[in-house]
Amino acid sequence: MTTKRTDRAASATNRRGTARKATAEHRQKLLESMLRIRRFEERSVELYSAARIRGFVHLYVGEEAVAVGVNEALTEDDAIVSTYREHGHALARGLTSEAVMAEMFGKVTGCSHGRGGSMHLFDASRRFYGGNAIVGGGLPLAAGLALADRMNGRCRVTCCFFGDGAVAEGEFHETANLAALWGLPLLLVCENNQYAMGTALDRAQAETDLALRASSYGMVAWAVDGMDVEAVERAALRATEAIRSGSGPHFLELRTYRFRAHSMYDPDRYRDKDEIERWRKRDPVVTFADRLRREHSLPTARLRDIENRVGAEIDHAVEAADLAAAEPVEDLLLHVTSGVGETRKEEEARL
Amino acid sequence: MAEFTMPSLGADMDEGVLQEWLVSPGVRVAKGDVVAVVETDKATIEVECFETGTVGVLLVEPGTRVPVGAPLAVIETADTRAPTEARREPAAKKPLVAVPVVVPATPTENLVPQLARPPARAPVAAGPPVTGPLVRHLAHDRNVDIARIRGTGRGGRVTRHDVDRASVAGIPRVRATPYARKVAEELNIDLTALQGTGEQGAVRAADVRAAGAATKGKGGRPAPVTRPPEQHGGGQSMRGTIAHLMARSKREIPHYYLSTTLDLATALAWLRAANRQRPVKERVLPAALLLKAAARAARAVPDLNGYWHDDHFEPGDGVHLGVAVSLRGGGLLTPVLRDADTLQLPALMAALKDLAGRARAGRLRASELTDATLTVTNLGDQGIETVLGVILPPQVAVVGFGAVTDRPCAVNGLLGVHPMVTATLSADHRASDGAVGARYLTTVDRLLQHPEEL
Amino acid sequence: MTAVNVNDRTATEKAETASRSGTSAAPHKTTYREALREALREALNTDGRVFLMGEDVGAYGGCFGVSLGLLEEFGPERIRDTPLSESAFVGAGIGAALAGMRPIVEIMTVNFSLLALDQILNNAATLLHMSGGQLPVPLVIRMTTGAGRQLAAQHSHSLEGWYAHIPGLRVLAPATIEDARHMLAPALADPDPVLIFEHGTLYNASGELGPAAEPLPLDRAAIRRTGTDVTLITYGGSLPKTLAAADELAAAGISAEVVDLRSLRPLDDTTIIDSVVRTHRAVVVDEAWRTGSLAAEVSARIGEQAFYSLDARVRRVCSAEVPIPYARELEAAALPQVADIVTAAREAVG
Repeated sequence: MTTKRTDRAASATNRRGTARKATAEHRQKLLESMLRIRRFEERSVELYSAARIRGFVHLYVGEEAVAVGVNEALTEDDAIVSTYREHGHALARGLTSEAVMAEMFGKVTGCSHGRGGSMHLFDASRRFYGGNAIVGGGLPLAAGLALADRMNGRCRVTCCFFGDGAVAEGEFHETANLAALWGLPLLLVCENNQYAMGTALDRAQAETDLALRASSYGMVAWAVDGMDVEAVERAALRATEAIRSGSGPHFLELRTYRFRAHSMYDPDRYRDKDEIERWRKRDPVVTFADRLRREHSLPTARLRDIENRVGAEIDHAVEAADLAAAEPVEDLLLHVTSGVGETRKEEEARL
Repeated sequence: MAEFTMPSLGADMDEGVLQEWLVSPGVRVAKGDVVAVVETDKATIEVECFETGTVGVLLVEPGTRVPVGAPLAVIETADTRAPTEARREPAAKKPLVAVPVVVPATPTENLVPQLARPPARAPVAAGPPVTGPLVRHLAHDRNVDIARIRGTGRGGRVTRHDVDRASVAGIPRVRATPYARKVAEELNIDLTALQGTGEQGAVRAADVRAAGAATKGKGGRPAPVTRPPEQHGGGQSMRGTIAHLMARSKREIPHYYLSTTLDLATALAWLRAANRQRPVKERVLPAALLLKAAARAARAVPDLNGYWHDDHFEPGDGVHLGVAVSLRGGGLLTPVLRDADTLQLPALMAALKDLAGRARAGRLRASELTDATLTVTNLGDQGIETVLGVILPPQVAVVGFGAVTDRPCAVNGLLGVHPMVTATLSADHRASDGAVGARYLTTVDRLLQHPEEL
Repeated sequence: MTAVNVNDRTATEKAETASRSGTSAAPHKTTYREALREALREALNTDGRVFLMGEDVGAYGGCFGVSLGLLEEFGPERIRDTPLSESAFVGAGIGAALAGMRPIVEIMTVNFSLLALDQILNNAATLLHMSGGQLPVPLVIRMTTGAGRQLAAQHSHSLEGWYAHIPGLRVLAPATIEDARHMLAPALADPDPVLIFEHGTLYNASGELGPAAEPLPLDRAAIRRTGTDVTLITYGGSLPKTLAAADELAAAGISAEVVDLRSLRPLDDTTIIDSVVRTHRAVVVDEAWRTGSLAAEVSARIGEQAFYSLDARVRRVCSAEVPIPYARELEAAALPQVADIVTAAREAVG
């Protein structure tokens, strides 16, 4: 899915020579990060099937290059606002498998203390402002985070992930306009996985070139191959550098594909199996591993190490989540307001 | 060996129908292969397995509905697998220790029936009266407050008969504001005696206070505005209620009647002696003695003490005598002497006086009008010799006493004059037979010959 | 979107030039509008994290003239005009609050707040909870509410009861000049999102503003008039009508107590119930529609907590169940009026 625009972006990056030197070590790190997401999601399917995890679970399998590539361009001070398909974003950002798994188990050790579940992962210490289950709902919030940075003269970027479906929402257009109007340090990352749940992009949007539409708000916008982690990383680095230098919001359309259905409950009737197979051939994890091997950046023993490490980490996460305590029901009414919340007993007593 | 179980495919999925097997025993499957089609309430979904191995026994036939987590098939897995290329075959995985699939003792044991077993019956909790919509409807029609009825059905269930009884007992719920009720309770004022000045005649706190002030002013009991008996029962007159119940009794209950004449010489002599020891106000009347004997006999012959419900007899949980009290304006009420068989005579006498007085003043509580297990009617003060009563459903008997009069009688082969009373029993032939009734009346007689034991 | 055209700006401007005192403490004659502005000015002066944003808050001076002059005083960064994008600028307020600012977002009128309902309900009210306590949202949203100005069906809503339904929000309704002046500071100090509903008919209300007394806590109702026979419970724009009704009742020998809710969420049950327990009768006056209203909630709580003290059924005086019409006499007939309140109170007292 490489477009002309992408080519231009990539070649420009190379010309300016700003791309991080891709050492074998760095490339292995990218692979490990993607593999962690892949294995985590696979385990999530098993646990969901066994009814250990409930609620809505949206899997990121196939889109790993986006989260990992974009995160490489962000610093600890930057902020991320995410979607309900955010396990990958959270893990790439550095939330531990354990904290995310425990959240899906609804345990007190979960990154949202069991109040969020799969769709609402948060970590304030990592400036990870959460999964948002309203399509487009995180965009205005991200603009506000960026506004605060700008008003305080802080050189930080706020990165907001959203899907192609969100581009049909008013909140996208309101936010794009506001961010461009006020020159906010905002990186808009559109994960175009071609489907808004079951609705193909061209069945929902008159103009399917999303980067083109974003550019109409007066911001820089590129379409990038979202199946190539290094292409994503390069584009994101270039965009964040520009944002940090004060050139306002940037828009990245990352063309990608989810290999699994929209959610665990999706019979996947709206997609052609051949289409899925075609995209599977471009599996971002497999093709990247192949590329590293081909370019002698990945000895076989090293790959086995990575697999083992990731596997052990996820085993441990599941085990820890399983053993962790549940949040006491007496604390049900905590965190509704910041004050000393009324406990359930107090409420009952009052009534 | 591993199990392939019915997967959870959504937050609201508790069970699914295995629609089709896409594999058969002996087929090699790899992790992620689609092996079956499952139909949920929302969709038909191809489901995958999470093990690599060979399909063993298929445990569930297509078309079967099973709960999430139930084993569908056994997959034989090789315990040791040669590490293959990582890309194709992810790192050798530990067994799924964290996934709590229930492993049956033998592969053929099916979990389904076990899971489908209904939960143990919860014990009946004490709480508000349990009843069905029909009874509720009836209660509403009769203007009876169901919350005030003590259910006599199974597990305290309020039955139609309970509503019937409560409605013949007939004190309607007074229309009063909650605050008026509270004030009335504090001032010990009977709401039923008041005429409300609020909306649609509702009694308000001011009405209660005015009544309270009137009482104080007169330095005695308030002069209650007693409602004419016709108003009891609210929309339905007391006459109508009695008509309904008595017609039903005669229609449904096959009565049989027994009668005997009791010699009260011993009893009344004892009573006169006992009364001499008591202040005038506390003297016990013969009627109380008769009631006590009737109650004690009911304890001795429990087949007449209780209810006919749903084609069987249910004994009462004590002897609660309904005492028929005729009202001055016509009609009658049957206030209840609870546990009459255990009351000492003076206490029984006091209770009787209190109940009869308040019944005639229209100041009974609804709870004092329900739950009788046996009714006693005494028309002696009307000069009647014999009364054959009509049973008040769902009770199974009514005891009648006539006037106590001096009559000629044979005493030790001579003609004597003794105080005598005719005691009768009307009883439900569905619940008891004549022999039981006879035993009851002879027990009353025997008890009255030993009044000191009453 | 159509902006509401108000004719009272000239009066505002005159008043404004007269009073630039900012945080003046001396008793002085002022209006509800000026009191709001004084509060904004004080907040902007005392806390660098505070900024005001919304449609036409800057150059125009605020649709209802509340922020007139603040742009000149504090500059366009802190008095920030926004595009007509309610969802985006309310959401941006939430984001800025998360990042340490203390934004005050003005939504022109409550009907436009529906365009930002997603942000208010799904983000502002939930983030603290969803994040397990990690992300409080110290945001203040002000908006105009209510009918009575012949603005017809789309500009006359009283939807504050909807917002009061939502856990995670604090909802305030300043009905007096004192509250207009003194509610903003504690609202900004609160770590959670606070919605302030200003009734459109109150902006021109004038009166004496005394020196800042010990302000009431945000979650306390106020007894605006004491009485013994019946409790009239109201808030916001219905308070003046209710006080007028209490005057009429007093002339007829009925002593009415008037409770101003002030905080619509949380409701101050203690004050409401204490009053009803004393008077034994309650009339709830609410300009919103009766069905599913705040009046229904207050009535239910009285039923739950003061049932045995009631000597009459609780009565409600609410708007007729009709989109608010334009014509003067129709609008008047649709809204609670003094006479309706008097009648309800008389019936309750009996």
